[in-house]
Amino acid sequence: MGEPMAISSETLVIGGGLAGITSAIAAARTGADVRLVCHKKTSLRQASGLIDGLGYVPPQTDPQAADEITQRRKDFRAVRANRGEYQGPLVQPSDGFSSLPPNHPYSILGGDALDQGLTLFDDITGDRYCGAYTDRNALIPTFGGSIKPTARYPKSVAAGLASDGRPMCLVGFRSQTEFDARLIVSNLENADVPFSVSGIEIEFAESLRADTRITRVAKALDHDETLEGTPIREALVESVKPQLDGAERVGFPAVLGDDHTDEVRAELSDRLGADIFEIPMGPPSLLGLRLEDFLYETLDDEGVQYETGNPVVDYNSDPANNDRIDSVIVDHKGREVPYHGDQYILATGGLVGKGIESDRQRVREPLFDCYVPQPEDRYDWFVDDAFGDQPFAAFGVRPDSSMRPLSSDGTPTFENLFAAGSVVGGADIAREKSASGVSLATGVIAGQQAGAQL
Amino acid sequence: MNRSVVVIGGGATGTGTARDLAMRGFDVTLVERGNLTDGTTGRTHGHLHSGGRYAVSDQESAIDCMQENRVLHEIAGHCIEDTGGLFVQLEDDPDAYFEQKLEGCAKCNIPTEVISGEEARRQEPHLTKDVKRAIRVPDGAIDPFRLCVANAADAVDHGATVETHAEVVDLQLVDGRVTGVTIERQGPNHLGEGREGQQETIEADYVVSATGAWADQIAAMADIDLEMAISKGAMVVTNVRQIDTVINRCLPKGEGDTIIPHETTVLLGANDDPVDDPDDYLEEQWEVDMMIDIAAEMVPIVEEARMIRAYWGVRPLYDPNPETTEDPGDVTRNYFVLDHAERDGVEGFVSIVGGKLTTYREMAESVTDHVCNEFGLTMQCRTDEEPLPGSSDISNLDSHMETFGLRSPIARRSKQRLGDRAADVLNTDGPNPTVCECEAVTRAEIQDAIDDVGADPNAIRLRTRASMGNCQGGFCSHRISAELYPTHDARSARDALDQLYQERWKGQRHTLWGQHLSQAMLNHLLHAATMNQDADPAVGDSEINYDAFDGGDNPDGRAHGD
Repeated sequence: MGEPMAISSETLVIGGGLAGITSAIAAARTGADVRLVCHKKTSLRQASGLIDGLGYVPPQTDPQAADEITQRRKDFRAVRANRGEYQGPLVQPSDGFSSLPPNHPYSILGGDALDQGLTLFDDITGDRYCGAYTDRNALIPTFGGSIKPTARYPKSVAAGLASDGRPMCLVGFRSQTEFDARLIVSNLENADVPFSVSGIEIEFAESLRADTRITRVAKALDHDETLEGTPIREALVESVKPQLDGAERVGFPAVLGDDHTDEVRAELSDRLGADIFEIPMGPPSLLGLRLEDFLYETLDDEGVQYETGNPVVDYNSDPANNDRIDSVIVDHKGREVPYHGDQYILATGGLVGKGIESDRQRVREPLFDCYVPQPEDRYDWFVDDAFGDQPFAAFGVRPDSSMRPLSSDGTPTFENLFAAGSVVGGADIAREKSASGVSLATGVIAGQQAGAQL
Repeated sequence: MNRSVVVIGGGATGTGTARDLAMRGFDVTLVERGNLTDGTTGRTHGHLHSGGRYAVSDQESAIDCMQENRVLHEIAGHCIEDTGGLFVQLEDDPDAYFEQKLEGCAKCNIPTEVISGEEARRQEPHLTKDVKRAIRVPDGAIDPFRLCVANAADAVDHGATVETHAEVVDLQLVDGRVTGVTIERQGPNHLGEGREGQQETIEADYVVSATGAWADQIAAMADIDLEMAISKGAMVVTNVRQIDTVINRCLPKGEGDTIIPHETTVLLGANDDPVDDPDDYLEEQWEVDMMIDIAAEMVPIVEEARMIRAYWGVRPLYDPNPETTEDPGDVTRNYFVLDHAERDGVEGFVSIVGGKLTTYREMAESVTDHVCNEFGLTMQCRTDEEPLPGSSDISNLDSHMETFGLRSPIARRSKQRLGDRAADVLNTDGPNPTVCECEAVTRAEIQDAIDDVGADPNAIRLRTRASMGNCQGGFCSHRISAELYPTHDARSARDALDQLYQERWKGQRHTLWGQHLSQAMLNHLLHAATMNQDADPAVGDSEINYDAFDGGDNPDGRAHGD
């Protein structure tokens, strides 16, 4: 191997999740030459594949009001009852904007940022996703048996909307443990959904042993593999059809094919005489994986260069101007290679993606050591209700309105550094149902602002 | 007609006593306010003592520990892991105490072997280089949940009744004699009988209080003044087994200096600080930090381990000579059978207090002997030779496991937990997928627990270890909930999910940094964002106007026009 090539681009994006990709495309569309560097698999595979905008404004509590921890027993029902009032489910994300805290990314960026992010997403994904034709949220059945509001949903989820009055049947597989379809049905009935719903549990593809990975089931459906003498799609149809009981739409866990999912759904629909939909699942999430694959294909079309597998481990500031980043160091299996850029976008993720790290003493952003607001005492990082207003859930850097991370004194950390996605704090994206929305909104602004500096 | 005895307390001592009494022909009812092991038993370090720890300061306890250690190997093999133990001496630790420890062990009949620092590090490579030498002792790890459940199951097999979620709120007193107990149900029992708040009286010829740290509260119901000397201790759980041997520091007044491997984890603990109320004491940050820092002095790599939760227990100590005790660590670990007739003039009532998990069986034997004496009966104790269910034939299990189609790591873990019951439990119709991946618990094992305890997720957890691993229920609490349906209704299943998730959260609060804070955020995203468990409309009374939301833009709902 010779000398490392000098690698340089106008905009360098660090991180390849939804926010990184959004910011890269947004920057590329300003005409910038963009490179994206991504270390590991992104958290898209852990996300449901739904594009939440803002579904709720959850109650906020005063972190100073936290009690000492004692051994006293607390009844979970009392904890649940004292959780406070959620505003929502919100019919439109914008219905909640005015109630959000001032440090929320939507408050900092203004309501237009989410619209811009969603518009870019719609443009990229085309007819793969639904919901662009309305400002309203859709209500989607979850695999936990609840219903959640979301802004955009994969086409394969569309027939499952809870505001659709057609009778529904849900199918669960006995060889999987993520949910029991009959239990989801009871929960949906307890939520007074406006349609009749039945649930069946089937023993399906038994020659795929229990604990088969869902990606394996998806591949078998993709290729209509023959198991025990019967093609798998036919086996599935035969198990379900006698129990349909007049349902006009049938929901399955999101395992219905990977590369040929449209074809799998079309065949099942045809043979069952009902619309087919998928219920978004937890990790590994096939809907998230499909979105990830598609977004990476799009990067090529958008002219974004990208590379995966090597971490960014350090940076050099500009010797002539300490307020600028000159280069970042990428670790190529022990060989440290500087990557130069005019502008940098930090999209390394939050606590899950390790863009935010912590030890017993403090929480930090490990790459540039950007300021992360936090309570000094780690026993103030949480509250006692697991679903309470958890300070840790909003850990991250604090940006200005152009998505530059700010120092503790309120000035930008670097002139040429922008942040996007879960590395940005100020939002409990889980309770708000705003995860993808925050990534899109911060991603599009960071990308545009970085591009505009050139 | 058999004599009837009520045993109060579903810990190791209570279930062990119920078993012993039932084996000797008594008509036994055990009542426990929560789940089995909810008191001190479920909150111990799981240390099968050799007695080495008490060999200098508390030799009577040390002798008992070693004796019972041998007995438990015979009767409770499937609850024990024979790790062996080391007392390590670091550079500046006093030689004199090391010698005292050796002499004490010899006196208490505890086998020892002195090894060099190098040899200790060959055995446990993560020990600090500062280890000068070490004493090998036959310490081990014991699973208190498995032990307790096996005792209770065997008591039931011998005709006893076990009532959980049945809190004693009063003792029946007639002419200076206890004639029964009044219980208040905290919820339906495992058979679904009874309801929350319902009170019932259980008559008995004799009442045994095996309530440990709560013994003073029970005694007070008969106007008996009983002062306990309870103390709390914190334990911190790591997600990785960096050592395979129980490690103790060879220092007098050791506090927080024991590291015990358990299954896939290691437990650090425990401090020793007096408390007043066993149900209401502070769980403090300095305790967690102290456990980590002290353990790291012996095994530095511990500090880098991911900590997945912390928990506290209270020692049920009793101090016969409180006026001479200076430090809570000096209170004897001995046990005491307090005959309230002799001591307080109240007939028909005895309390068993003090002791260690390791000596639970001997405590049960002593108090059962006492009950026999009261009635002039002479049946012999057999609990020292009759194996517990699960431990009768653990030699020939491997061949059984393959027949259940379980992948080998899962089969191995199931076998460890179930002992010789594995064949019965795992032999089911239909697919048997894994419910809890961290602890390798399959549907069959969960269903077996549900048959026993009903829709009580924490009781299921204690029986199976499901949700006790890395993810602390993030990836399996909803699966356990789903397993409850349709045997139990949707609301019970939904409540079980909340109950388990909140219970797991309780212990994780103490270890929210580093990798485990990442895990907590992932769990938060999965349960709140993906499942919307936090704002589930099926739980609250909020009404949703479904018509106001996106209903799909064309009748077949399959696609939309741009």
